[in-house]
Amino acid sequence: MRYRKLLGCAALVGLAAGLGAQEKPQVFSGAQIIPIAGEPIAHGVLVVQGGRIVAVGAAGKVALPAGAEVHDVTGKVLMPGLVDSHSHIGGGTGGDGSGPIQPDARVLDSIDVRDASIQKAQAGGITTANVMPGSGHLISGQTLYLKLRDGRVIDDLLIKLPDGTTAGGLKMANGTNSMRGANGFPGTRAKSAALVREQYIKAQEYREKIRRANGDAEKMPPRDLALEELVEVLDGKRVVQHHTHRADDILTVLRIAKEFGYKVVLHHVSEGWKVAGEIAAAGAPCSVIMVDSPGGKLETRDLSWQTPAILEKAGVLVGFHTDDSVTDSRVFLRSAALGVRAGMTRKGALEAVTIANAKILGLEARIGSLEAGKDADFILLSGDPLSVYTHIEQTWIEGRKVFDLADPQDHLYAVGGPGAGDPHRAHLCCFTAAADLGLAANEDEQ
Amino acid sequence: MKNLPRLLLPAVFLAAAGSFRAENLAVLGDTVHTMTGAPLKNGVVLVHDGKIEAVGPADAIRIPDGYRVLKAAVVTPGIIDAHATAGLSGVLNQPHDQDQLEKSGAFQPELRAIDAYNAKDPLIAWIRSYGVTTINTGHAPGALASGQTIIVKTLGRTADEDVVNPAAMTALTLGNGGLSRPDAGPAAAGPKSPGTRAKAVAMLRAELIKAQEYAKKREAKDETKRPARDLKAETLLRAFSGEQPLLINAQRQQDILSALRVAKEFGVKLVLDGCAEAPAVLAEIKASGFPVVLHPTMARSNEDAEGLSMETAAKLKAAGIPFALQSGFEAYVPKTRVVLFEAALAAGRGLGFDAALASVTTDAAKILGIADRTGSLEKGKDADLALYDGDPFEYTSHCTGTVINGVVFADGPH
Repeated sequence: MRYRKLLGCAALVGLAAGLGAQEKPQVFSGAQIIPIAGEPIAHGVLVVQGGRIVAVGAAGKVALPAGAEVHDVTGKVLMPGLVDSHSHIGGGTGGDGSGPIQPDARVLDSIDVRDASIQKAQAGGITTANVMPGSGHLISGQTLYLKLRDGRVIDDLLIKLPDGTTAGGLKMANGTNSMRGANGFPGTRAKSAALVREQYIKAQEYREKIRRANGDAEKMPPRDLALEELVEVLDGKRVVQHHTHRADDILTVLRIAKEFGYKVVLHHVSEGWKVAGEIAAAGAPCSVIMVDSPGGKLETRDLSWQTPAILEKAGVLVGFHTDDSVTDSRVFLRSAALGVRAGMTRKGALEAVTIANAKILGLEARIGSLEAGKDADFILLSGDPLSVYTHIEQTWIEGRKVFDLADPQDHLYAVGGPGAGDPHRAHLCCFTAAADLGLAANEDEQ
Repeated sequence: MKNLPRLLLPAVFLAAAGSFRAENLAVLGDTVHTMTGAPLKNGVVLVHDGKIEAVGPADAIRIPDGYRVLKAAVVTPGIIDAHATAGLSGVLNQPHDQDQLEKSGAFQPELRAIDAYNAKDPLIAWIRSYGVTTINTGHAPGALASGQTIIVKTLGRTADEDVVNPAAMTALTLGNGGLSRPDAGPAAAGPKSPGTRAKAVAMLRAELIKAQEYAKKREAKDETKRPARDLKAETLLRAFSGEQPLLINAQRQQDILSALRVAKEFGVKLVLDGCAEAPAVLAEIKASGFPVVLHPTMARSNEDAEGLSMETAAKLKAAGIPFALQSGFEAYVPKTRVVLFEAALAAGRGLGFDAALASVTTDAAKILGIADRTGSLEKGKDADLALYDGDPFEYTSHCTGTVINGVVFADGPH
């Protein structure tokens, strides 16, 4: 979809701004709708306008707006766009090797939105992703919650919050990944915890200085990019997205989060099955990865494929993540199916790739289910979302189609093949007849 | 929490049948995929003394007294993984359990997987818990010639007890993954050569010529003129005779063609491995008559394999090229793929159920040269079966039991 959209945007540059508000309503009719909020609807109707969901319900019970463009999607399955709570698409980076604590590093400043991994994620039905720096630091930087819109620059993919800030979390890690033992990096688990506590105490003091300054610029402490981010965490404005595998490491995360009163999501939780009760008691959500086998690193030796089911039974909010490229975004729905295999409820497994992850990102008011007023992010499937024989046929974000399996280029992203890994460069347009691309984009957009 | 211990992972690792005792069994399946014809509805497989005694519909088979009855929705032949490194690349991924690649030399066909295979590695029990009963395992891609594969049953006893073929194929790599250059893969820290594709092929040709000369000298009438034993040459000669083919990992189309060119020049038998770019050279592969052990599609598509596709299996099938699937080698998390899931993905991307199941049973058995013992449910064959509670390829189904040589493994539904 990328070339066409890029050129389409170029051609429509003057129109683009006003398009959202003026576009006519769209009706998707006849599909089985899995709204996540509520029971599946056998013959459903979804009404979309201005990038938002206007109505969703059973055929005949939803008022169809006049002049709507109607898409007959009889026989398909329609469900919310998938939300991935931990991904590395776009090739972003965080802190460097200079030290273990770098909350000032922003993944924002490193993502290539033309990287093919983003197209592949669209092909996998992912419409929102938490794109994170790596786990080689105690604090490796600020993450971004991205809408996987067809964008030219990173700004096109950002999610703006009502207060004007950009949606994202803070990536932290414990265990062996960040125990590098040189350059100020810890060599033990206790040292890892001590370094983190020391830093949050500094942040508490920094916040106190700001409070005492009471708006007086003379009394304000000098700006500190790292501490500013940690103050956001202390204030509950930024959630900690925490890599952790072993049971003892999980408990350490919970202990420190409790001490400083910040919100934390546990990621990977390979040994979460050992401490499910403690996780539930702490009220910490878990973002779980479903892999083909345990091992590959010492800390994941005791990974249980049944962790998500055990956590669900314990009452923990469970989401799944790809950790792309550890697992492939294109088969993200497989995680939900494997969750059912592990003993999760079907409801819980489907929520784990939609609304649960929306909650994990604090975006449940906008995404994660099909409800009037929410963003029109949805996918069309050829059948049951948990079946290996089902294909994701279309992905829509805010009322715009970003992936269509019937499009040869999108098909390439969906299944692979020569060129599927190539990043998309704007200069490609110079070798392609504009008429083949721009006109197609125009037709597609209207 | 009462039944929690039963669910826990260590149970999987510890549950290997302690006695390894072959039982007399009657395996009842709502659907039994014998792979010798249409699936049987309400089928029965009788197992006696580690072998299949009878296969047929329930109304035609009398279950003898004392036979243990196992029931499942779907019964298939034991799943065969046509190329793995499990048992050599251990679950912990620490130096002490990584035996899949020797970096001291670029050309070491004399290395034998049977001398390294750890039947007790937890990943063997892991893949068995999904119905995998036989693997062709050994050294990983990463050196021009990395070693000889072993075909074993996943019983988890010892290499010597579980072996089907102690020296099945000789593993080679053509392409970036087998080169010793800074941007190359696992071999980067290894020997100086080969540093380029052309050099790799030149080295392989030189070794094959050496083997031919060795064979000639060995025939010398004067015993004193016969050469000292050469393990490399002896290994390669078994590719000339066809008894131990070269398993050449080649992902790019030019590397696939190089492998075919060398095979033609020397008349050696090949099995092509990986073959991410096979769709570009289907006619050449077909004409060669050599089979393909296709890359795991779930593997990260990077370097030489960046063009891999979920639809390649379907394209090989359509072209009439014999092929099987593999779990391959994983350097990191997860430490192994599960070939059942590879077949599932292919089934959903154009290959279809029947051909996908064949690719990990009967077709794999033929390519591995073990079709006389495994790959289908027929009287006289080894009693290797996989039991499922639904379509084996659906991720929501479970493998409820695995039978190998009549030994029942029930590690809890997986």
